[in-house]
Amino acid sequence: MVTTLDQVFREEWGRVLATLIGFLGDFDLAEEAAQEAFAIAAERWPRDGIPSNPRAWLMTTARNQATDRIRRNRVLATKFGLLVADNRAEVPMKTTTFPDERLELIFTCCHPALAVEAQVALTLRTLGGLTTDEIARAFLVSERTMAQRLVRAKGKIKAARIPFRVPPAHLLRERLDAVLAVVYLIFNEGYGGRDELAAEAIWLGRALAELLPDDPEVRGLLAMMLLHDSRREARFSDGELVLLGDQDRSQWNTEQIADGRAELDRALALGGRGPYVLQAAIASLHAAVPCDWAQIAALYGELTRLTASPVVELNRAIAVAETDGPEAGLRIVDGLGLDDFRYLHSTRAELLKRLGRTDEARAAYRRARELTDDGAERRFLERRLTELAATTGSG
Amino acid sequence: MRYIMLIYQGTALEQQAALPEEEQKQVYADYQGINQTPGVTPGLPMGLPQNATTVRVEGGKTLTTDGPFVGMKEAVGGLFILEADDLDAAIEIAARVPAARYGGAVEIRPSEVYW
Repeated sequence: MVTTLDQVFREEWGRVLATLIGFLGDFDLAEEAAQEAFAIAAERWPRDGIPSNPRAWLMTTARNQATDRIRRNRVLATKFGLLVADNRAEVPMKTTTFPDERLELIFTCCHPALAVEAQVALTLRTLGGLTTDEIARAFLVSERTMAQRLVRAKGKIKAARIPFRVPPAHLLRERLDAVLAVVYLIFNEGYGGRDELAAEAIWLGRALAELLPDDPEVRGLLAMMLLHDSRREARFSDGELVLLGDQDRSQWNTEQIADGRAELDRALALGGRGPYVLQAAIASLHAAVPCDWAQIAALYGELTRLTASPVVELNRAIAVAETDGPEAGLRIVDGLGLDDFRYLHSTRAELLKRLGRTDEARAAYRRARELTDDGAERRFLERRLTELAATTGSG
Repeated sequence: MRYIMLIYQGTALEQQAALPEEEQKQVYADYQGINQTPGVTPGLPMGLPQNATTVRVEGGKTLTTDGPFVGMKEAVGGLFILEADDLDAAIEIAARVPAARYGGAVEIRPSEVYW
């Protein structure tokens, strides 16, 4: 019973809230009303059973809560001689068909006039239905800080009048990319081990794919997340980092890989060749045995042309090292100038080690270690240094 | 909604001075175009930041200091008032201000009724 309720809540929160915001034109009022409706449901449904149309029930209850609140405020306002201008909630809301306004909601939450961390927090709170406390814990800040961040963001949406709408055609690509970037950022936060965020990002990705079924980049992002996430179990062994080549493939989630590849196929069928589609294609090749490094190198090359990112070039270097040998990889790495990027040094170290240039490899591992805060990554580099010392000792 | 559009010149004045005459004319034409855009009320041309005076009142005492308000690196170089439906519409106008593309910026402030 409890799981069923949780599932219904999970599925309905974003939709109910989005419709309420569209209807009331006010984030705070909508959120309070939705919260009250869900609280009433949590109290009644276990006793009376889940209504036949839970969404309509939640929406009607929330709307009534909002209307009551507006009336109370109006009575209060009249008492103090103030005018209340907003009469929107007096307009009857159709309760048979509710518009799905989740897209409007996510575009508002990811508006470029909001700070990125505010975009992330708002998206998780409104669409994802995470509590302020849950978001705070996931991003390692205090609940108070996160609450302030949300209040400020909602305040700005209202004060600066950030529109609640799907952007017009000439803005859509740019704004959709901002939305995808937020989802990807949430996923990456989760990739470091906070599983709930990765799961949340995939959930948001699925919702977006449902809302924008014809956008190849939306599908590409979902495919990439599914494919990366499918190796989650194998990426750590007893809390220690395991590189792709050393992973226990029996721990890969084959169902999720198939799922990711199906999304990738759809993206390609839609003519997708954007950055997320390319990254999904690379992730799909990484999950294949044997790995087609030549194809991976070619895709990274294409991605470099799109993004001009030296980090992408670094990844291409790794693939090139597999096909043309470590020397060829090293030539690319040494032309990148990413001196403060720890993965540049760890990649250099691996290539130098393969070339037998042990002293240089050691120096590069040390430089990588200097730049690394993460515990598991540091321990990984320590192990590499120890192994290197052992080879030198024996040789 | 009324927006106050604050223009920060940054390096724009120097960059524009170095432009060929034709492009300089384009800059003037662009500003004029914005001033004539429906919804726009042009502001008065502002003097240079070094001629500004900032006034603060602390504990009932008026303190005047030389120069612009030092909360940021750049000083406001001009402003206009814009009546627009929402922030997106204001952003589109802001992006047309030449300073925005010559190293300066435009700050959009929604207007507020304080009294």
